[in-house]
Amino acid sequence: MTETGIIVGLEVHCQLDTKSKLFCGCSTDYRDDGPNTHVCPVCLGLPGTMPVINKRAIEYAMRVAKALNCTVIHESEFSRKNYFYPDLDKAYQITQYDKPLALGGYLEIESDEGGEKRVQLTRIHVEEDPGRLVHMGNPERGKYSLVDYNRAGIPLIEIVSEPDMRSAKEARKFLNKLRATLEYLSVFDSEKEGSLRVDANISIVGSERVEVKNISSYKGVEKALNFEVTRQKNLIRRGLKVERETRHFLEGRGITQSSRSKEQEHDYRYFPEPDLRPLHVQSWVKDIILPELPDARRERFVAQYTCSLNHARTLTGELRLANFFERVVAPDAALYTPAATWIADTLIGELNYRGMSIDTLDPGSFTSLLVLLATGTITDKSGIEVLRVMLDQRRDAQPCETPDAIVTRLNLKKTSGDSSALAAIIQEVIAENPKAVEDYHAGKNGAMNFLVGCAMKKTRGRSDPKELNREIAQALTNTEA
Amino acid sequence: MAEHTIHFEPDDRYHAFLTICKKPVHGTGVLAGIPVAVKDNISTQGIETTCASKILKGYIPPYDAHVVTKLKLAGAAIAGKTNMDEFGMGTTTENSGFGPTTNPHDTNRVPGGSSGGSAAAVASGMVPMALGTDTGGSIRCPAAFCGCVGLKPSYGRVSRYGLIAYANSLEQIGPMAQNVTDVSRLMQVIAGYDRRDTTSYDRPYTLIPDAHISGLKMGIPEEYFGAGVDPKVATVVQRAIAKLEALGATTVPCSIPSMEYALAAYYVICTSEASSNLARFDGVRYGLAADTKKSWHDAYREVRRAGFGTEVRRRIMLGTFALSSGYYGKYYAKAQIARENVRKDFARILSGVDVIVGPTMPTIAFKLGEKSDPLSMYLSDILTVPANLAGIPAISVPCGKVEGMPVGLQIMGRPFEDERVIDVAFAYEQAVST
Repeated sequence: MTETGIIVGLEVHCQLDTKSKLFCGCSTDYRDDGPNTHVCPVCLGLPGTMPVINKRAIEYAMRVAKALNCTVIHESEFSRKNYFYPDLDKAYQITQYDKPLALGGYLEIESDEGGEKRVQLTRIHVEEDPGRLVHMGNPERGKYSLVDYNRAGIPLIEIVSEPDMRSAKEARKFLNKLRATLEYLSVFDSEKEGSLRVDANISIVGSERVEVKNISSYKGVEKALNFEVTRQKNLIRRGLKVERETRHFLEGRGITQSSRSKEQEHDYRYFPEPDLRPLHVQSWVKDIILPELPDARRERFVAQYTCSLNHARTLTGELRLANFFERVVAPDAALYTPAATWIADTLIGELNYRGMSIDTLDPGSFTSLLVLLATGTITDKSGIEVLRVMLDQRRDAQPCETPDAIVTRLNLKKTSGDSSALAAIIQEVIAENPKAVEDYHAGKNGAMNFLVGCAMKKTRGRSDPKELNREIAQALTNTEA
Repeated sequence: MAEHTIHFEPDDRYHAFLTICKKPVHGTGVLAGIPVAVKDNISTQGIETTCASKILKGYIPPYDAHVVTKLKLAGAAIAGKTNMDEFGMGTTTENSGFGPTTNPHDTNRVPGGSSGGSAAAVASGMVPMALGTDTGGSIRCPAAFCGCVGLKPSYGRVSRYGLIAYANSLEQIGPMAQNVTDVSRLMQVIAGYDRRDTTSYDRPYTLIPDAHISGLKMGIPEEYFGAGVDPKVATVVQRAIAKLEALGATTVPCSIPSMEYALAAYYVICTSEASSNLARFDGVRYGLAADTKKSWHDAYREVRRAGFGTEVRRRIMLGTFALSSGYYGKYYAKAQIARENVRKDFARILSGVDVIVGPTMPTIAFKLGEKSDPLSMYLSDILTVPANLAGIPAISVPCGKVEGMPVGLQIMGRPFEDERVIDVAFAYEQAVST
């Protein structure tokens, strides 16, 4: 639901997935390594060092600019943003200020009313990430902080939107779409911890704007904005004023908190970085060949695989998911529909529940599972059971069995064909549930479902519910006679 | 490469050095075995580099500046690190955090600055050549005051990688020596493109100085002989110009109207850049150590108060103010316009003449303590600052004496025509030495 009178604009910082840092040759692949192991005199800001622009980072940023329909400007420039903080080794961040790389542009999202909606963009600029503070100790024994400069100098792009979103949900959709687009462009890896950070500006029409900083997850944006909407509406309802301020999002508690401390009131004293020449890269734009982007892929999924619009939207909403789907269905056109349904409606949920990435599952195994389902070897219910075993084994780094092996080991083959065993079970169910049988004869809806459910339990889900329905009805008709 | 060592234990009575390397190693090459002194704001791997500031006491860089690498490749021996005004901020070398350098011609006088240590080391004969840096005259002023030769190269001709920045858009590393030939030799070693300094250009320097200047057109700007310039200094310089005319050069009077604003523009730009460059000295990573028991706010404040000298703190404050929101347009942006005007004036004049000639400094070396008022010290930079604003090459070559103290002749040229100013200086030097 679009809430009336809410205005949201976002500033999204994304780490560009380059091999080396923005202004030196240090590797960006620091996440599994010890602190201060991916550093050199340049990214440590040692006296006398100078930045050299990573051409690849600029190319990546321009790919984004082109995909988001921005105008790359003729001359852009790096500036220094001056402030003191222990994670900032030079005491200034090299960023872009009044001459950003690109201006304008837009991103299309699905609006709350359905249909497409354009969120206009203000600008895209390139900047370096600062280092990272790790806070140690406890309040009793005295706190202290350690600083890790591995992250210092990682290239970031900041994408600034116009205040065009009208709900927290739209903001979430904007982010999801942006993430998908950046991943399709192969410039961003959303699975890397801390690769995305968002500042959100939110106001209620007629009131002051509040900036919420420090949001570092996709879900966090929606949470933070919902919290702010409630907080601001409550203030207005009580006749109080919403103050123009900066607030911080506390991810763990799901609330925002005013940041009144002095160090937040910066005068950044921007001025052009004298150690770098202005950038003249406009002419590169024409040489950038964009890959298929999420909208085009969604349309192709509908056309080529006869996916429903919703399934297509879900599947193409993440690069890995879309790739996974296409690999799963590659061997067999008969799998298009079941694959879309199973991935969109079941697999995603099971993965999220386990906090797993789709990358952990090989498409071939999933294809085998779908084949078992499509050939009627196992029931849908057994299919879920097999899938869960497959995912658990991968999550727990156990030996991975094939779906066939799991079916055999757990004896999940459909029981149809073994009619005497099924008939015995049905007779048991009828004998154990006289009330339900009576209700069935009395024409009560639901009685049959209950009986089928009981039979499913006894066959541990191996039976086809439709077949059970038919067989029970037959058996009851016989009893009546 | 076979490594050899030399002995270097000079009598440093002028306090030219902050660090002396008694047994420096050297290799083979055009400067094989020659002891070269390096200003203390140029990073030297394994050798303390302080910018003559207490805040960097104990800082030993883990890497060499590009020019130091080039010196080593040419076989030179790094003889030591020379004294300077703290971070290059001064015209006398009195602003060193470790005591002043004195002038070898008169120890009651300053050697000029900020590369005063390098100039004194060369002028006293301790080393034949040295590296200085020039942000607003810091090579040429001490060269003039101490009676040696010093070149501020065209902006971008020498890599600044490893030079601890004071004002990035103005400064260059340059050669200082007892004669033009050695300045040229040193320039040949240090000039050229360095991919780590993207403001450097691929303009190597391979000149063998040539004294033939017949037909040379010299612009003589009226501002360089006007108010504030000691008439005795002006007279000596006029005589030097006459000497050049005798060698076949002609003079053209000219005017640089933008000079009226040059000094103001220079001080806004250099202090603005300095306020940002010097912000990183916080005691966290190197140099004077911050008290880790304090909050970072308090620790930073204390380290910076204890570590920086008065002049440095003054310039940081000025620059911080000039860049502040609401003042940027009034100061920094205006200074850039003034700078552009200076550049245009020089381009205009240099389209009609080959070089511009005048005195390097308006006076001879000051007495120690004479320039206690910062403003009067700033004013003494008036004749050197324009070349930094315009990014053009400028050399100072000794051209006589006033009251027993050396006077420098300044020759400025078109951007990247460092060769031409060297040739003119060489022609003069040859003419007076025979």
